[in-house]
Amino acid sequence: MALAAVLVTACARTGDSRPPLRWGGDAEGGAPFVEADPADPSHVRGFDVEIASMLARGLHREPVFVQVAWASIEASVERGDFAIGMSGVEDRPELRAQHSVSVPYYEFREVLAVRPADSAKFRRLGDLARRRVATLGGTGAYEMLLGEQARSGLVPISYDDDVHPYSDLVAGRVDAVLLDNIIAERSLRRTGGFYIQPVPVATGHYVAVLAKRDSALRDTVNTILRARMRDGSLEKSFRAWNVWDDSEARYFARALADTAHGAGTGAHPADRSIRAYLPALLRAAVVTLVLSCLAMALAVAVGIGVAAGRVYGSRIIRAPLALYVEVVRGTPVLLQLFVLYYGLSAFVRLPAFLAAVLGLGLNYAAYESEIYRAALQAIPRSQLEAGRTLGLSEAQILRLVRGPQALRLALAPMTNDFVALLKDSSLVSVITVVELTKQTAIYATNIGSWVVPGMLCALIYLAMSLPLSRLARRLERRWRAA
Amino acid sequence: MSAALEVRSVYARRGAIEVLRGVSLDVAPGRICALMGTSGAGKTTMLRAIAALGPFDSGSIVVDGFALAPGAVPPESRLRVLRRSVGMVFQAQSLFEHLSVLDNVTLALVHALRWTRERAESEALALLTTLGVSHRASALPRQLSGGEAQRVAIARALAPDPTLLLLDEPTSALDPARRASLGEVLRALAAEGHGLLVSTHDVDFAEGFADRVAILSGGVVVEEGPPREVLSNSTHADTRALLRSPSAEPRV
Repeated sequence: MALAAVLVTACARTGDSRPPLRWGGDAEGGAPFVEADPADPSHVRGFDVEIASMLARGLHREPVFVQVAWASIEASVERGDFAIGMSGVEDRPELRAQHSVSVPYYEFREVLAVRPADSAKFRRLGDLARRRVATLGGTGAYEMLLGEQARSGLVPISYDDDVHPYSDLVAGRVDAVLLDNIIAERSLRRTGGFYIQPVPVATGHYVAVLAKRDSALRDTVNTILRARMRDGSLEKSFRAWNVWDDSEARYFARALADTAHGAGTGAHPADRSIRAYLPALLRAAVVTLVLSCLAMALAVAVGIGVAAGRVYGSRIIRAPLALYVEVVRGTPVLLQLFVLYYGLSAFVRLPAFLAAVLGLGLNYAAYESEIYRAALQAIPRSQLEAGRTLGLSEAQILRLVRGPQALRLALAPMTNDFVALLKDSSLVSVITVVELTKQTAIYATNIGSWVVPGMLCALIYLAMSLPLSRLARRLERRWRAA
Repeated sequence: MSAALEVRSVYARRGAIEVLRGVSLDVAPGRICALMGTSGAGKTTMLRAIAALGPFDSGSIVVDGFALAPGAVPPESRLRVLRRSVGMVFQAQSLFEHLSVLDNVTLALVHALRWTRERAESEALALLTTLGVSHRASALPRQLSGGEAQRVAIARALAPDPTLLLLDEPTSALDPARRASLGEVLRALAAEGHGLLVSTHDVDFAEGFADRVAILSGGVVVEEGPPREVLSNSTHADTRALLRSPSAEPRV
């Protein structure tokens, strides 16, 4: 008896000391999945939060939430940052090939949102030939749009968040949005101004994702999930978050009858996906290159103007130019892109690519202008005075004496900046431009691995930047030796 | 014949220091005037005021009939006439580093005087030949020796054919043989009718090649006259100090 008591206490103690159940999700994705609790922002709430609690209770552990960017959930769970990833994670074959995946706990519908005036015109994806259709990058919906692009020339626009697709739809930047019905309905309640087509384009499922090695934990999670489906706890939670309807009830019935659902579809050979994705990667590389060249051209032109103004101008000209340089250099380029694309959209609605060129170009112009200013000031004053005593005008001295020599001095730092710009151009994916890094992320998310896409992407970047550095070195050497 | 240069009671201040305190001097066409004085005597300030590169506070400077007003340096657009009549050879030769010797000399002809390139190049080559550096026409400034660079700088300043040529310490980078040959070059220019004002503290050079010497001390010209008179019979302390210092003393 005493022995039994000791054993029980020991068990209880081991029970108490079980590590907490770390689960990851993206609170930026918001309600009803996971959102920061308005009453206490240090806590999260949402139906995924409640499901995580159910799983933790079933495992006799305490749930601990780990914030992670939505696109990184799968990579993060495989790294071991947390045991379970849940935040409206979509079931798809690549996910099952790379990770351990739970039974689907919710069936959603991919629905088409259009402007009210277009509700009769755009009913299906097929109606949107050569139209811009927005969605979240790295989702099944995006894959669907890519497929439709090949068929009808529809233009998929990928976003990193689920708010701006709808605001851009209302603003007229895109003609439709394809996303989960939950997200669409939430946006309709929040901002409105658009119409959701009642007939879904497709259905999909939310699952919990675990590391490949955690298949045992996955089986336990499945047992708990099925039990909560059966006893109505899941339904209660979905009802509380207003995402329960008759079709969901029918799905639950089907899922519980068919326990074999969700068996893996087998491995996805990597070489097939390379062949499938390489053209898209190369196209994205062209976007990166064109974007970088245009932005650099703008940066050089504006930079020269700003530098000349700061070196030659009166105080009235110098002060605002100095302010421009300090503000641009003192704030993140990401913020500048957001302001340019979304912040100004009330006054001027810039196309994404133009906004990207302007944002990067005007940002780099500030840095270029400092390079040119330093280079202009490095030319000995006696040369400028010699020019004046020879009867050259100030403009001629700048054009014939000071400028050409300053350009030679500026060449090396300019090349550095261009290589940096080539890489910084990846930031413009936040304003829906799909360039090389974004395309790689889409590729990696879809095949569930960063190894091959990462290497390919790195090779393409190097192929673009190495010749540039070499060219600059050669020019420099020639000018020095000549 | 009117004077190439007429300086009357020029005062100039640099910060709190009054560098020039009533300088007067003349340069006649075809004559070489050596402006002498110890380092910091104000020679360079005087030359820069004449070339309208630095301001002066009062007095008058007249170059070939063009009067410079005291006060801040006027904008280049009001100096066109002056720029035609004054050439300047800087102490550090200040050649345009990115241009060949020939392009250094033709730059002003092509862009300020709007000559055709052919005419400018033949004029420049003739000048370079006179100065003995035509074989370096396609070289870049950094490939030249000190003496060659000096001659190219003179050719560049002479190309627009100025009435008055200012030279700031032209001998400081030259060995004695080169100094003598530069003196011959300057004599030949004077013979063509150019007026030359040469700042220097090289007594041998002044004695050998100048027509007149002006000793600048404490911001005024303390002695002025033919070199033999001024330099051999001087009673003035500063002139004697100048005579005692080694003539090749490099300026720091």
